[in-house]
This record gives sequence, C-alpha cells and structure tokens, in this order.
Amino acid sequence: MDFDLIFRVYPYFLQAALVTIQLAVYSTALGLICGALGAAARLSRSKALRFVGAAYVSVFRGTPALIQLFILYFGGPQIGIQLDAFEAGVIGLGVNIGAYMTETMRGAIISVDAGQNEASRTLGMSRWQTMNKVILPQAFRLMIRPLGVNINAQIKGTALVAAISVVELTYTAQRYIGSTYKPFEMFFLAGIIYMAIIYVTGLGISWLDRRAAIR
Amino acid sequence: MGLDFTVLPEFLDTLLLGSLWTIGITLSAAILSFFGGILFAVIALYAPAVVRYPFRLFAWLFMGTPLLLQLFLIYFGLIQIGVDLPAFVAGVIGLGLHFAVYNSDIIQAGILAVDKGQFEGARTLGLSNWQSIRKIIVPQAVRAVVPPIGNNMIALLKDSALVSVIGVTELTLSAQLAISKTFRPFEFYLAAAACYYVINLLLEAGLRRIERRIQAAR
Repeated sequence: MDFDLIFRVYPYFLQAALVTIQLAVYSTALGLICGALGAAARLSRSKALRFVGAAYVSVFRGTPALIQLFILYFGGPQIGIQLDAFEAGVIGLGVNIGAYMTETMRGAIISVDAGQNEASRTLGMSRWQTMNKVILPQAFRLMIRPLGVNINAQIKGTALVAAISVVELTYTAQRYIGSTYKPFEMFFLAGIIYMAIIYVTGLGISWLDRRAAIR
Repeated sequence: MGLDFTVLPEFLDTLLLGSLWTIGITLSAAILSFFGGILFAVIALYAPAVVRYPFRLFAWLFMGTPLLLQLFLIYFGLIQIGVDLPAFVAGVIGLGLHFAVYNSDIIQAGILAVDKGQFEGARTLGLSNWQSIRKIIVPQAVRAVVPPIGNNMIALLKDSALVSVIGVTELTLSAQLAISKTFRPFEFYLAAAACYYVINLLLEAGLRRIERRIQAAR
C-alpha cells in the first residue's frame, strides 16, 4: 500500500466526494417525489392512473439504470432534451430510484391495518381525511427503514454516472487508477469515502426512525 | 435529428448476440453468487474467529462500495499483480462476488432461523458438526430464502450492464457498437432496454416456477 500516494491525491477524492453527495441528495429528493406520486397513482381509484403507476414501476425496475441514463444523456438530444452530464445523472438516477421508492411507500401504506381505514370512514371522515390524518402518519413510520435501504443503494448507485463522465468519486478513482496504476490504493481511498457517506446517512436514518417511533 | 427506427433491423443479430452474452454472464454470475453465498454464510457463522473477523471486514467492504468500483478493482487490480483475466471472466467474478456477499447476508438469516433442535437432533443421530451443517441446516435454510435470493438475481441481471465498462461485449456494449456506426443512441439504447425487459420477464417467470416447486417440496 502506497500511503504517500494516498496522501497526495486524497484532496481530489474529497472534492469528487462532494459531487457524489450532491448527486445522492438531489436524486434522492427527486426519487422521493417520484415515489410519492407513483404510490399515489398505484393506490388511486382511477384505473388509468393505476396502470400508469404500475407501468412506471415495471419499466424502470425492469431495465438497467445504466441504460436509462444512456437513453436520457445520449438519446435525449435526438428528441430535443439537452442536459449536461450532471443534470442527466440527477434526473436519471432520481426517476430510477423513484420506481423502487414507489413500491416501498405503497407497501408501507397498504400494511397499515385495514380496520383503521374502515373505522375512520365509519366515523364520518372523508377518504382524503382518512388518508391524511390516519393512514399516512402511521405509514410514514413504517417506511423510514425501507426507504433508508433505497437511499443506501442510491448512494452506491451514483457511481453509474461515471459512465457518462460526471467527475464524481468513482470516475476520479478510475482516472487515478489509469494514471498511477495503483488500483488497490485508489479503491481503498474511494471505498472509505463511500462507506463514510453511507455510515453517516445510516446514523441519520436511525435517528429519524427513533424519533418517529411511538413512545 | 429526429428518430428513425428503420436502422434497427440491420443490427438485430448484434443485439441478439449481445442478449445471449448478457444471459450467459447473468447465469454464470448467478450460479457463482449462489454457491459463493452459501460458502460465505457458513464461513461468517461457523468459521474460527481468525477467519471469521477478516471475512466480515471483507463482506462489509463489498456491501459498502459501488459495484462499478469493484469491477474496476478486479479488472485493473488483477492486471497489476500479473493476472490478466479475460474481461468476461473478470466480469463474472466481480458480479458473482458482489452478489455472493448480499446472498450470504440473506442465507445467514435463513440459517439462524432454522430450529436449533434440528442441529441437536442431527448431532444426536451421530452426524458430525460439518455433516449436520451441510446436510441438515443449509438445505432447509436455502429453501426458506429462495424468494429474496431470486430478487438478488433480478438485480444481478440489471447490474450485468455494468460489465460493458470493462469491455465485455454484452447487450449494452453491443448497443454502443451499433451506435458508433449509426450515431443513433436513442433507438439502440431503447432497443437494448426492451431486450433487458424481456429477459427480465423470462427470469421472473423462471424464478416463480422454482419458488413454486420448492414450496411444494416443503
């Protein structure tokens, strides 16, 4: 292990880590929005909306995220969508993880006991009130941990945008592997940074989960 | 530039060949990850502490870093220490190891969920420690965790697209080759996505059949 080299290049890795964090934060935010919309569509009373929601989940979970990124970034200009690599990365990763989050959120909502829904309706609450005041507050608690799993996967998933040459952590590691021929050192350095990001995120999720728990 | 899907038929065989490579690499890596997962689970639970702790560190590293980074490490790292593997082999090893670690996590939970009496019963009947694990515990544990392992296999199919970056001519790289000749990324990536979707449906159907058979056998 060449520690001199590691100490020489680590500032560049930290800079790249900032890009990775930005990608993860923006795409997770977009994913949560897509997930909420997708779950609402899948649970809606309209057959057409249910179909749209199911198709979204099926298509985006049934094809590789890498291909989705390529269609957006390289194919986009053909249909008039011009994005720079970072924007394409955020949108591609966000819409992709949104499909997984749709299922996570839907799963949490339908696992709230059916009796809760029936009781609220019997008490004269509207469908919207029931969802808003009874079901969702309980579902939120249930979805924090599984959404944490999605977010954990997303942090590692940001590495994909190296393939459309966004200068994030994996791309930087790849470039230094190419120029220094020290793959183990570069892997070690990038790996530690990824694990630190995931560790801190995990602490945040646990904190949220504890706070949301019923005392 | 607009869209023109009439360029697709000319490269149909390229895409089909790419699909076959994708299926081949997925199946090879799936088999490696399945048996690797069992082996890793047994090591993580039963091996002596000198083996167990370094192994857990290794598993932790593999679960905490992106697959793409691991593929770069295996492909370029092995070259550095003088092992020049063909890209296909490096890809199968990378995908297989990555998912073996994930499978191992699931199988460990399955092993811990097998009733303790089974192990005690097997030992009482005169089976050795190792025989009890191999013939009594692991078969029951693996049956119980087939559905989540199946989900990992589906994830593996989609992640197999990543090996295109180390130069395995599977579906994604085949599409890229066609694009380099026609300059039509949208059409070919969409066609590749359609191929992945179909392979995904086939894989899901196959996994459901296996699950049903195992359910019937229990």
